[in-house]
Amino acid sequence: MTDGQRLSLHVPEPEVRPGGKPDFSNVPIPKAGSVRRPEVDVDPKEIRDLAYSIIRVLDREGEAVGPWAGSLTDEELMEGLKHMMLLRVFDSRMLMAQRQGKTSFYMQHLGEEAVSCAFRKALLPGDMNFPTYRQAGLLIAGGYPMVEMMNQIYSNDADPLKGRQLPIMYSSKEFGFFTISGNLATQYVQAVGWAMASAIKNDTKIAAAWIGDGSTAESDFHSALVFASTYRAPVVLNVVNNQWAISTFQGVARGGSGTFAARGLGYGLPSLRVDGNDYLAVHAVAKWAAERARRNIGPTLVEYVTYRVGAHSTSDDPSAYRPKEESEAWPLGDPVIRLKNHLIRIGTWSEERHRQMEAEIRDTVVAAQKEAERHGTLHSGGRPSMRDMFEGVYAEMPPHLKRQRQQAGV
Amino acid sequence: MPRMTMIEAIRSAMDVSMERDDNVVVFGEDVGYFGGVFRGTQGLQQKYGKTRCFDAPINESGIVGVAIGMAAYGLKPCVEIQFADYMYPAYDQLTQEAARLRYRSNGDFTCGITVRMPTGGGIFGGQTHSQSPEALFTHVCGLQVVVPSNPYDAKGLLIASIENPDPVIFLEPKRLYNGPFDGHHDRPVTSWAGHPLGEVPAEHYVVPLGKAVVRRPGSAVTVLAYGTMVHVAEATAEETGIDAEVIDLRTLMPLDLDTIVTSVKKTGRCLVVHEATLTSGFGAELAALVQEHCFYNLEAPVTRVAGWDTPYPHAQEWDYFPGPARVGRALRDMMEA
Repeated sequence: MTDGQRLSLHVPEPEVRPGGKPDFSNVPIPKAGSVRRPEVDVDPKEIRDLAYSIIRVLDREGEAVGPWAGSLTDEELMEGLKHMMLLRVFDSRMLMAQRQGKTSFYMQHLGEEAVSCAFRKALLPGDMNFPTYRQAGLLIAGGYPMVEMMNQIYSNDADPLKGRQLPIMYSSKEFGFFTISGNLATQYVQAVGWAMASAIKNDTKIAAAWIGDGSTAESDFHSALVFASTYRAPVVLNVVNNQWAISTFQGVARGGSGTFAARGLGYGLPSLRVDGNDYLAVHAVAKWAAERARRNIGPTLVEYVTYRVGAHSTSDDPSAYRPKEESEAWPLGDPVIRLKNHLIRIGTWSEERHRQMEAEIRDTVVAAQKEAERHGTLHSGGRPSMRDMFEGVYAEMPPHLKRQRQQAGV
Repeated sequence: MPRMTMIEAIRSAMDVSMERDDNVVVFGEDVGYFGGVFRGTQGLQQKYGKTRCFDAPINESGIVGVAIGMAAYGLKPCVEIQFADYMYPAYDQLTQEAARLRYRSNGDFTCGITVRMPTGGGIFGGQTHSQSPEALFTHVCGLQVVVPSNPYDAKGLLIASIENPDPVIFLEPKRLYNGPFDGHHDRPVTSWAGHPLGEVPAEHYVVPLGKAVVRRPGSAVTVLAYGTMVHVAEATAEETGIDAEVIDLRTLMPLDLDTIVTSVKKTGRCLVVHEATLTSGFGAELAALVQEHCFYNLEAPVTRVAGWDTPYPHAQEWDYFPGPARVGRALRDMMEA
């Protein structure tokens, strides 16, 4: 026995667990319009406070207020609403398809639609995203054909990835969407490398890296920040903080750093936090960060504060680890309803037209689904061939693999 | 005797170990409150408190590195990597640190850690949730590698692993968690309820590391298998009528060479099956050992049936998986040789 103080291990816990009353009183929400908008070439040292605040544009009444308002026209906002609604209906149809056994697995975006849909509108053709599994809005808002996404989800005979990848692990260089990996965080540092290449070649394109709150704990996240900081890579480093990494609340990855945006400060990166359920704020901040990259000023870290309303994937039941009503208590509301209310407020939209558009979107998605299903679903109809399994391991199939393919009889 | 699924048996092994020794701690991604994505640690945090069973940040090298540090202090960490496919960031910690602590410090520091990882396919998990990386560990001196094929062994082997003074990679075939699987994916799923090895003592017991077992005695050909492939091999022997002796290796490192050699000297033939890719797989090591030790007894070349040398595909899962059709064909070819 020594006289020293007895130690004890700190293990963080969320405020509430199932059975408890949802409580977000520990999440300070600044008033919309209250956070300043610095010039893009600001010295990062002067905006360290922005890593601890939340940039918001839409207020409770649906007005767009403050210095970050005004980055989009009314028409662009209408289009944004449509993208988010498309993504939501797409999700609900694909979730149902998974439950019907038409595919093995699905991951939805419910509550997070604004993040990827609005961000996409701040990019230019040629820019490259390095996404995770919850940014399909980048494809939808980028005009990628929905049928192709469904073909991939169904692993059918028109699947652009030949049945090789888990559902939703899309890939499209043409649409600025790097092939998704099923492990975590690897893409984050690759995005920095892509951006460095663009700079090496004196190109004009920028990269966008994506990661979730939980995966910021991976070493690759920190590697990305080191390289981005050292080489001032033209990249936007996005952290989507949806509060939950499967069953693990964001505090386990965040530790004592206060916010995920604050992780960037030690690397000298300008680090902003934004209301991820506010389409206008997401776009304004994305545009600011993209401009910094495009003007060769350097990288920006952006934390999107949002909430994962649905399960992590079709493989988990969130009621086992968080209160069922927690999503309703989330203080930043629903991104679709907030943008809809804004458009109604400014007089370009109505409840009636909204319902009409909901019906139209449903028809569009159902039609795409029918078309995709003509090419088969995971366990019935057309499917990729066994030959496809052997191809694409190398540019040219080596002899040992040719022998194995012959052995397999294809 | 209680009946358990394999995941329940694994949980019971940790429960028994934590009960007996408060140096045993359990952590990993989602393993605390939720009890793991496969429910392997369900209830342990509630029973032993959150400083002995807790959620880790998503950082596999961190999980293993922290476990090594704890072992250096004197704890016995049993950590979970959510899928074996996620272990690669931890590979440095496992191969150059955990595996060599004893050697490089001449026993001053040791590393009695157990690293659990769900392995293998059969659940439409695609290329990052289906891999079988055992050969990446058997190649590393200092590591021990265990692959159970049933609930009874899983519990006894996991307890033995936790109690072992050196690092153990404990690969759990996830397709077997809830029932045996013989590769007939188009037949109804079976449960452990009707399987003799689903009977698992509630209390502490050990299945020693380094001991293989003959699952099915036979005289015509020896089949070396582990994990899911043990069930595929047994089913194929019954279906083809070829009197195969099926050996469940259970531990790949250290390997029970005596049981293998005794069997192959008796049968004169040896088929090696594994789900992992063929080239430089553990089957290559087995084939080399068999020819070194049994060359003059062999009546046919040692043959391997394994996963094709491609990433594990999603849609073509059953084209990839070395099921009864491929194993049966190999057995017939060998008997004609």
